[in-house]
Amino acid sequence: MATTARRRRDPAPHLVLWGLVALAAVMLVPFAIIVLNALKSPADYATSGPLSLPDEVHAQGIVDFWQRVDFGSKLLNSFVIAGSVAVLAVVVSVLNAYALGIGRIRGRLWVLTLFLIANTLPQEALVYPLYHLFKQVDLYDTRLGVIIVFTIVQAAFGTYLLASTLSGFPREVLEAARVDGANRWQVLVRIVVPISRPTLGVLFVFFFIWTWNEFLIPLVLLISDENQTVPVALGILQGQRMMDATTTSASALLGVLPAVVFFLFFQRTLTRGMTVGAVR
Amino acid sequence: MSVATAVDRPSPAKPTPSPPRRRPGRGQGTYLLFLLPGAVLLLAVVLVPFAMNVGISFTRWSGVGDPRWIGLENYRRLFADAAFWASFRHNVGLLVAMAVLPTAAGLLVAAALFDVVGKRFGPRAAGVLRACVYLPQVLPIAVAGIVWSWILAPRGGALNAFLDAVGLGSLARDWLGDPDIALYSVMGVLAWIQLGYPVVVFMAGMQRIDPVLHEAAELDGASWFGRFWHVTVPQIRPEAFVVLLTCSIAALKVFGPIYVLTGGGPGGATTVPSYSSFQNFFEKTQVGYGAAIATVLTVLVLVLTTAFLRVQNRGEER
Repeated sequence: MATTARRRRDPAPHLVLWGLVALAAVMLVPFAIIVLNALKSPADYATSGPLSLPDEVHAQGIVDFWQRVDFGSKLLNSFVIAGSVAVLAVVVSVLNAYALGIGRIRGRLWVLTLFLIANTLPQEALVYPLYHLFKQVDLYDTRLGVIIVFTIVQAAFGTYLLASTLSGFPREVLEAARVDGANRWQVLVRIVVPISRPTLGVLFVFFFIWTWNEFLIPLVLLISDENQTVPVALGILQGQRMMDATTTSASALLGVLPAVVFFLFFQRTLTRGMTVGAVR
Repeated sequence: MSVATAVDRPSPAKPTPSPPRRRPGRGQGTYLLFLLPGAVLLLAVVLVPFAMNVGISFTRWSGVGDPRWIGLENYRRLFADAAFWASFRHNVGLLVAMAVLPTAAGLLVAAALFDVVGKRFGPRAAGVLRACVYLPQVLPIAVAGIVWSWILAPRGGALNAFLDAVGLGSLARDWLGDPDIALYSVMGVLAWIQLGYPVVVFMAGMQRIDPVLHEAAELDGASWFGRFWHVTVPQIRPEAFVVLLTCSIAALKVFGPIYVLTGGGPGGATTVPSYSSFQNFFEKTQVGYGAAIATVLTVLVLVLTTAFLRVQNRGEER
């Protein structure tokens, strides 16, 4: 084809490709620098600076940091909180969306709007009252308290998204199940949930990662060391500005790793999920 | 939700209203039961605390003892407070860094990836490059802040070391400690974090565009940029709109990066409303004043959200 022949001689596509490769490199440089310096001994860093390759792989900084902040327990806290929230928020989203999208209860648009507002509300406008209320009901400084808060914050988004998906649910399927004598609970569990599983999977992954990354509310509510999540523990240490350069990069590497693992693990879901509902 | 998280939320679709149908069977009672857990949580965790926040904003309160009712005094003080207006100006900077810049750059990058790399060098290459650009999006914002605050450190920071190494040592700065440039440094970090989101959304949107449009434009002799400007951009407008608005809302709520990178400093040069409400709550114990800031912030966010839904609805009616 003529166009193909013309394109083949055209150097522009290669320029574009190299431009984008350069951009990708710029995006990745911070990660590379972190790895480089997390594996460096403080002495090595002091003599050759942040940009050189480490003389030898020095994992001691990472080990020291891990022990100093008891990183294992921070990871566990983050997993417990993000995992519980993801499960509970999916359940609550499904229940809400079933009532709103399929049950079409009266005033559903108002209820949906309320959930949407709940999701967009700045957490700054909730954090002090929550702090105050949780102190009175012994939820302050507990993982359970944070789980409760994010279950509804995430479910507010999930409700909004799922309700619109479910309102397009094939009616014949529902009618058929009802004719067979299934009650509403059975219709939900045996028909709606299995059919919506792909969307629920996307929601689960997003809820998990969003909750894992949350900062303000966990920072305020989880005051004691043994309850803190990974981002809060690292953020507080950084805020105190007490770490030397190699320790800082060790801490950053430990913070980056779970995120990168999730990313590689869920890449498909993430990129697919980004577009769920963005535009129909 | 804090910044980073808010940033990358896919925007929800509008529920499709459909004509009411008559269903066989009982009324709506049992469906309301399904709504019960969500409604109770919503009330206890969002609606009541938010109402309390608004209530507190009309009082003077240190957090202990009884709040004292002072009416609109906090708001009067707020609007007369130069620091408050400065914090909003900083927020406009963040809006540029998190919404305007990533949307514009994201369009170009996505088009280049989709049109050029995807078609000439295969979808695999495009996928890998897209993943690289998207990676910062999955980082916890606090961790991204740690990474950058160390790269931008005045002594021993990687950026200054790099400038020295290439003979541009005179450009080395105290990137986060100089009041004249701290805000720009924060903006740079936020743009780095944010870019991946529009790229991914736009690339997905471009799959929706009918290739015939591009072929027709090409036959007419349109250049790549001509096709980008006259075909891709208008077709991708719905996505661009969603991205611009979700990012703007996220930019208004930035907290984590400020906390970790600068603590609002130096000398308040990077304070934003969300951060100053936090400071008033927990550092200055001026809870009423902090609540007033948070309330104003909420109003702004709600106005933006409403505008967003309005325009989206109008778009669908057409």
